[in-house]
Amino acid sequence: MEKSSEVLIAVEDLHKRFEDEHVLKGVSITIKEGDLVSIIGPSGCGKSTFLRCLNGLELLDSGRIEIAGVTLSRSSSDQAITRSFLEAAHEMRKEVGIVFQGFNLFPHKTVLENVMLAPMVVKKIPKDEAEGIALRLLDKVGLKDYSNRYPVTLSGGQAQRAAIARSLAMAPKVMLYDEPTSALDPELVGEVLQVMRDLDSEGMTQVVVTHAMHFARDASDYVVFMDQGEIVEVADGDEIFSNPRNDRTRDFLRHLAGVI
Amino acid sequence: MMVRLLLILAFLSCSFPSFASVTTQPGELRWGGDTEGGAPYMYQDPDDMNSLVGYEVEIIEAIASHMGMKPIFVQNGWDNLIPGLERRLYDVSIDGLEITPEHQDVVDFSMPYYVTHLQIAVRRDNFDIVELDDCKGRVMGTLKQSYSQYVLETLGDVEIRTYEDEINAYTDLVNGRLDGTLFDAPIALYYGGPMREVKFVGPPIGKIEYGIAVPKDNPELLDLINSAVTSLRDSGKLRSILERWNLWNPMVAEEFHDLGPVKTQPVMYDKWIESHRPSFSLMDRVKRYSSFMPKLGTAALTTMKVSVASMVLAVIFGLMLALVRVFGPAPLSTLSMWYVEIVRGTPVLIQLFFIFYGLPNIGVKLSPFMARVIGLGMNYAAYEAEIYRAGLMSVPVGQMEAALGLGMTRREALRHVVVPQAVRMVLPPVTNDFISLLKDSSLVSVITLVDLTKAYGQIATTYYDYFGTGIIVAAIYFLLGYPFIRLARWTERKMEASFVPDRVRKNRRTGLGLRLF
Repeated sequence: MEKSSEVLIAVEDLHKRFEDEHVLKGVSITIKEGDLVSIIGPSGCGKSTFLRCLNGLELLDSGRIEIAGVTLSRSSSDQAITRSFLEAAHEMRKEVGIVFQGFNLFPHKTVLENVMLAPMVVKKIPKDEAEGIALRLLDKVGLKDYSNRYPVTLSGGQAQRAAIARSLAMAPKVMLYDEPTSALDPELVGEVLQVMRDLDSEGMTQVVVTHAMHFARDASDYVVFMDQGEIVEVADGDEIFSNPRNDRTRDFLRHLAGVI
Repeated sequence: MMVRLLLILAFLSCSFPSFASVTTQPGELRWGGDTEGGAPYMYQDPDDMNSLVGYEVEIIEAIASHMGMKPIFVQNGWDNLIPGLERRLYDVSIDGLEITPEHQDVVDFSMPYYVTHLQIAVRRDNFDIVELDDCKGRVMGTLKQSYSQYVLETLGDVEIRTYEDEINAYTDLVNGRLDGTLFDAPIALYYGGPMREVKFVGPPIGKIEYGIAVPKDNPELLDLINSAVTSLRDSGKLRSILERWNLWNPMVAEEFHDLGPVKTQPVMYDKWIESHRPSFSLMDRVKRYSSFMPKLGTAALTTMKVSVASMVLAVIFGLMLALVRVFGPAPLSTLSMWYVEIVRGTPVLIQLFFIFYGLPNIGVKLSPFMARVIGLGMNYAAYEAEIYRAGLMSVPVGQMEAALGLGMTRREALRHVVVPQAVRMVLPPVTNDFISLLKDSSLVSVITLVDLTKAYGQIATTYYDYFGTGIIVAAIYFLLGYPFIRLARWTERKMEASFVPDRVRKNRRTGLGLRLF
């Protein structure tokens, strides 16, 4: 749901290498506040790395990322990583929530404690208040009755919704999702995607790396197709699936057609 | 965290005030000896476990009294009596120390207060060995690193078995594991003598002179000691002590130019023989063992204090090492790696000697308690670090990423997310290490503290009883460790809730399902 025309995420000429493997070869994109953007592309195209760069879990080699007033930039990979750069990355992680394919819930804590932990540790919010926030969010993702359970007792869909609630507890300006439904049984995918749709209708800015093509097509404001470390095509969901302009996009979707 | 640890250590060390300070008060003569040395030198009085008897004890007390000083006993392992003297743990040392050129290189000796020889002992039915030369081609037992070992080595073609304790050598002789033994005559008299199956053969071998060791830089003290020995010799006091212990012999007579007839009854020797009659009733045995208990209790407390303090240090320092190794910057990580490799690659005993006897050279003087805790703690820290490292690495990398993704710093992520999970993982091996530390703490009884194993040695040499006392001491070790094993099990079960799904636990409780978890 597009609500405003304010640019929230601006990425310019982003490069990232893992040793001699050039994973991101100059990615540039702007994303506006309230957008829900899906990123699709073949495995190894760099879409996950791109997503992880957006909250500083991977540090960029060169280029510039600006999210909600926090800027991370380097002129080249030779430039030393300074303390202020690392502090900016840390600031960025506070503003940008991320949800992983494997949930990564903290197994030694209950669902409620998982959600309460970051606000208490990072924002120093008092326990009572953190508990209030956590219970409200768990209610929102439909897990109110599960708050005292340990993660090991949850189904995949429940665990992923708990992970979303945990990220939301930090009141991020942007939510990133790295293949959030890929580890789920097919019948559980819907409940997670519904939470993301709900968040979209509330105006949350969300960037989703996904293989759930129907979701990408129906729910996103637009779809980004990446291949070999580059953004190949950015288009409206319906348009990119029914009438891809680029040959590489067409190729990818044709291969996919047999699968879905 | 470090501050709290130091406070704990300081507290524990304060509870050993007598060991924390090694400075001598005026009017005190601090003397070092090893109560495990046994009869007739010095040993626990069988009638009173808290008092020390032996002819050397009587001699040093007579010397101190002659000098108008108060004798204060300081326990140290026999092998370390001379290093301990160099470290100034005591003013002088007396415990059957032989006046040899090697010893004289490092300390000064008083004039001899006793002269003796080596004595061969064989089984009563053995008629093949009648003198030293007959020992060739035989199996001979002797005391580790002693003059007698040197004599046997010089003889050549002897299969030498060395012992820490004389009792075991004589027991092996009786049991036929040895053909003969060669010991200082006083030891032979007190340990071989009471055994019906053992007889002494051959003429006296060699000449052994016992002297009182004094630090090299203290000629005034040496003069005082020498004049005390001379005066005790001339007054006949020395002779009467030696006669009480049945130790007067022609060699001393010659050395002291005192050829008169025996004047004093060997009361102490008779008492020793009396208390070591082989058969006594079960009631006697029970009574005897219960008389050990206060001494063993105190020793067990020492073992416990050392072990717990060492483990606290090991666990905290080990965790820091592991964190630095896994998450620290490259130079520190390498440093941590080398610490672990060096510490676990060298013997703990050598590390302890280094800390206790070596560090004073650069001005770091630790009390025996602190030296042990730091030595064992730093040593075990290396092992704990490896366990923690395994624990830290077994926490999936996604846990750290999730925590960082929520805006935590690395430090916060480690503290709240990674370390708590690693600690759960390593609880069983760490408990295991604590139990093994509890027992390893006995390794370091070389450092002047009476712990459980040292007390065992003292009691066993006094009573001639390694078997019964051994079982009691083993049982105490087990009882000390067992509560910790139970505690660890209980904690594991409590924490299991978050790792094992309900259905698995319920299955296990009903005895159904695979016992995989």
